[in-house]
Formats: sequence, C-alpha cells, structure tokens
Amino acid sequence: MEQGELERLYAAMLRIRRFEDTVHLLFLRNEIEGTTHLCQGQEAVSVGVCDVLEPGDTVAATYRGHGACLAMGVDSARLFAELLGRGTGLNGGRGGSMNVVDLAHNVIGCFGIVGGSIGAGTGAALAAQLMEDGTVAVAFFGDGAVNQAYFHECLNLASVRGLPIVYVCENNLYGEWTAMERVTAGGRIAPRADGYGIPAADVDGNDVLAVRQGAQDAVTRAREGGGPTLLECRTYRHKGHSRVDPGKYRPKAEVEAWLARDPLPRLAEQLDPSSVERIGEALDREIEAALEEARAAAFPDPSLPVSATKEA
Amino acid sequence: MPELSYREAVRDGIAEEMERDASVILLGEDVEPGGVFNATPGLVERFGRDRVIDMPISELAFTSAAFGAAVKGLRPVVEIMFGDFLGLVVDTLVNQASKYWYLSNEQASVPLVVRSAVGAGARFGACHSQTPTGWLLGEPGLKLLAPATPADAKGLLKAAIRDENPVVVFEHKMLYGRKGEVPEGGEPTPIGRAAVRRRGGDVTIAAALAAVETALAAADRLADDGIEGEVIDLRTLSPLDVDTILESVTRTGRLVVVEEGPPTGGYAAEVVATAVEGGGTVAARRVTMPGLPVPFSGPLEDAAVPAAEAVAGAARSLL
Repeated sequence: MEQGELERLYAAMLRIRRFEDTVHLLFLRNEIEGTTHLCQGQEAVSVGVCDVLEPGDTVAATYRGHGACLAMGVDSARLFAELLGRGTGLNGGRGGSMNVVDLAHNVIGCFGIVGGSIGAGTGAALAAQLMEDGTVAVAFFGDGAVNQAYFHECLNLASVRGLPIVYVCENNLYGEWTAMERVTAGGRIAPRADGYGIPAADVDGNDVLAVRQGAQDAVTRAREGGGPTLLECRTYRHKGHSRVDPGKYRPKAEVEAWLARDPLPRLAEQLDPSSVERIGEALDREIEAALEEARAAAFPDPSLPVSATKEA
Repeated sequence: MPELSYREAVRDGIAEEMERDASVILLGEDVEPGGVFNATPGLVERFGRDRVIDMPISELAFTSAAFGAAVKGLRPVVEIMFGDFLGLVVDTLVNQASKYWYLSNEQASVPLVVRSAVGAGARFGACHSQTPTGWLLGEPGLKLLAPATPADAKGLLKAAIRDENPVVVFEHKMLYGRKGEVPEGGEPTPIGRAAVRRRGGDVTIAAALAAVETALAAADRLADDGIEGEVIDLRTLSPLDVDTILESVTRTGRLVVVEEGPPTGGYAAEVVATAVEGGGTVAARRVTMPGLPVPFSGPLEDAAVPAAEAVAGAARSLL
C-alpha cells in the first residue's frame, strides 16, 4: 500500500482516538452528561471496514459507535454537539451517544440495545437485495451480541436469503464487565458461522490492514451475490465498558499486552515520522475546532412543537 | 357492494396496496400458502416471491429486518402469526421502529405494518388466545389499529400501509369468517377515527374487535328495557379518537368500555381516563376478562370472554 493510503488510514484512526479521548475528558468534567461507551483501541476495526465501502453502502453500529460514525465521514462537530445535547447535534440532541443516526452518511443508526444493529443491518441488506441497488450492508456488534437472538436469527435469515451483508464482530473480549469466555460457549466466534453455512474470517482487529483485507473480501463477496460473511475482529477496548466502569476486572498484564498492540503506533511505525507528526497536529486542530463549534451551539428548545410520528 | 369475509378483506387490502405501490412487500411465516388463518392466499402468485416472502420462525429477525428495510425505502407488511408472539418483537418495535422518527431528528420515518391475529374463543389456549394490546399501548410513535368489520379490516390495513409510521394491526381470529359489505378498491379508513355503530342517549358503550359485536348485543338487551345504548367502535386504539369519545359521554354521562383483555392496563383504562379528563361528569365501568391466563376448556374460555349480559349489567348499574 502506498504511503498516502497508509497516512489516510492513520488519520482516520487518529481522528477517532482524539475524538474519544476528548469525549472522555468532557465526561470527567461533567460537560457531557449521562453515559458513554468509548472505543479507544478498536479504531482499526471501524476504519478498516468502512474504508472498503462504497457510496450508498449502509452501516449499522452499536452504542459504542462513535468510531464507526467517524469512519463513515460523520461530521465530528455535529457528533460532539449530539453528545453535548446541543440542537445542532446529528439528532438535534434527541438521541445522545447511544442513538446516533446519520443517513446522509449511510449510518442507519447506532443501537442502544445489544444486537439491535444486527437486525437493522440485516434489514438494510434485505432492502438492497429486493431493490437491486447494488449496495451492501455492514452490521457492527460486540462479542456480547453473539449470545443474543438477533445474532442467531439474523445470520440464519441472511444465509437462507443470501443477503449482501457483512457481520463484523468487534470481539473486545468483554461483554460489559464480564470476560467473554465466562459467558460465551465454544471459545471462538467465527466458527459459529459454520452452522449457518456462512463463510467466516478471523482477523487481528488491531491491524487495520488485516481488517481492511478481511472486509474487502467479505464486501466483494456480498456485492457479487455471494451472501453474508461473519468477520471476527479480535481487539480490545482501552477503557471500561461505560462511564461508571474503570475496567478493574481486567488483569494488568492483559491490559498492558493489548496496549502494546495499540493499532495506532503499529501503523505509525510504517509511516514517515514527520508525516505522523503532521497528521497529529492537523487532527489536534480539527478536533479542537469541532469541539469549539459544538460548544458554541445552542441547546434545543423544549417549547418547540414536536411529534413522535411523521404526519402529512 | 360486494360482500366479503374479514379474511378476504385483509387479503384484498394487501393486494390493492401491493398493486398500487411496488415498494410494499409481505413478510411472515407461511405467507406464501396463505398463513394459518388463510388471509394471504394467492398473493405470491400475483406478486412473486420477491414481494411475498416466507420467513424462518424468527419473528425478531424478520421484524427487525423489516424495520431496517423500511428505513431504506420499502414498505414492509409483516405478519406475526399469533398476537401472542408479539412478545418476541417488542424490542424492535419499541426500541427501533417507534422511536426512529423522533430520535433521528426526523431524518426518516418507518413505514412498517405488523399484522397479527389475536383474541380468544378458538380453544387455542393461553399462548395463542391473547389480545395483547396492552403490551404496546402507550408506546409513543406506534399506532395501534383494531378492525371489527370486514370493511375496516381492509380500510384500516390500507391506511396502515400508506402511513409513514410503524402501525400494528390487531385482527381478531374469531372475525376472519365474518362477512360484510366491503367497498371494492375502496379508500383507506382514516386512522384515529372511531365509528358510532349505534346511536343512543343513555349510556356510551365503547369496544374494539370482536367486543364490538358484544357491545351491540348488549345494546339490544338494554333497548328491551327502554335504555338507549350508544355503541362506539374504537377502530384505532392509539391514538384514540378523543373527540368522538368525549362527544358521546358528554351527552350520556355514562360509559362502559368492553375489552377482551386483562382487567388493568388496557385500552379500557385509557378510554375511561380520556372520558374523565374530558371535564364532564362521567360514571364509568370496565368489562374485561378476568386477571388470569386465557383458559383452554370450552366452558372456562367462554366464561372468560366478556358477554353481552355482563356489558348490559354494567350499563344498568350506572343508571
């Protein structure tokens, strides 16, 4: 891959890292209320997958979805604004961190219920198949979701109908506070696809190039009528599950081993140090400007008339 | 005007909308052969397997997929074979479909219809006989329809399919064989409007689905005693037709609501609350099923369903 391409992938991952680090600080200062689910450490999955998508392809993401959104080109100022509850947020402040929707960037949604993204993505793939529009869908979900009905029912449905979808499991080894192996039978996730007659791949989720290759194979298969693929990406979240979770249940050695495999330095090693510095400075400015823009925006007006349904 | 059964009216409503709009698709279990209630026979021959699609017995998957497909531009009609199975799809209905318009800041609505057969009387037992409107009642963004006649089975379904929002249509399984006049190629029955099936000035009796027949039978009995019962067929359970309810109870001052469902937390409670909040003085009673699972044995099940005499008795108690 050319240096320019690698730099583009690096910048896309660093944008997510800087964004999430900033969100974390804003939470600690109570400037962002409620909770959030950060994805530092998992940037290679979002970027590697979304990088191979074409205009019109649909992504369904999870409540840990800021990375997928940014990788799809969602405006970081409007995403900040949503988390800050501002009227200029992607959802006008109605959704918040766990419920982001940006159809202009083909994000059908971030879904707050574990597994919900699998159903929504399957539906986008069904629409693509029936409308014959040549698009594919991607459903991101975590290892926790593979024990939900959504996972099993939708993989079966997608397989029997040959739906154009890639099921991307971001296996970060913990479902909320609980280690995967304590609650997930069989040890590995990719082999579950066998039972449904679906091809699977198991890639290093902290290597953006490996993810990108796995995603490219799967997306090509889907687009050419070859049906769904399950792509398991082994990765690790640097932070706890949510705001209230410092992640203390994880062994120190395990955390350190995964931090040493951080996808950002791994890619940076392949880049010219001056490029790394330049990209870092540019993204510092970009994220800072995005945050200032979001902060300057007004809160939504609760007195405005609103309806839960669309009426003529 | 042709006379059709309720099930034929359902079929025609779907067929006419599929003819009218190529984005309408039908998904469900056994919908190709027509389903266990034989409401969709012949549609696959007319519209093909790309639009009439048999699904695995995975209600959550195909209803959630229908939600996603609706966001992407299709207008899916999902059949959930028995209303009792709606429990399996509550997540996608309440956390995905019904919230999407609002949460997305109105980026897209979800034109999704879920039809489901409900109701007691067929000796199907506790998990195939419920009318679980209460599970979904009150969920913002979700419309609930309950046709009592063949004309409304078709008209309300057509309205649901044309609506831009998620709509659940409850069809009463004991009504599928009922015949009535149904306009050919007719217009949709407006959502949110009740129908006054019988005029009367002494007591308002509101009901939905098969309970409308019970309410009418009760009004006959009351008429024998010189009492005028006004029967309102609610037709839409959410949003309720507040104007029609209040207009009636303002005249009668008395309200009986008949619901073939549990005694609390159902539409009967909502109708009573609506009437009370209307400002006038209203004496009200609910006539519902007992707070028990629907029993199997014939005498037990029959006794559990609201009877005309019980409705008439509730009305008399208000006079």
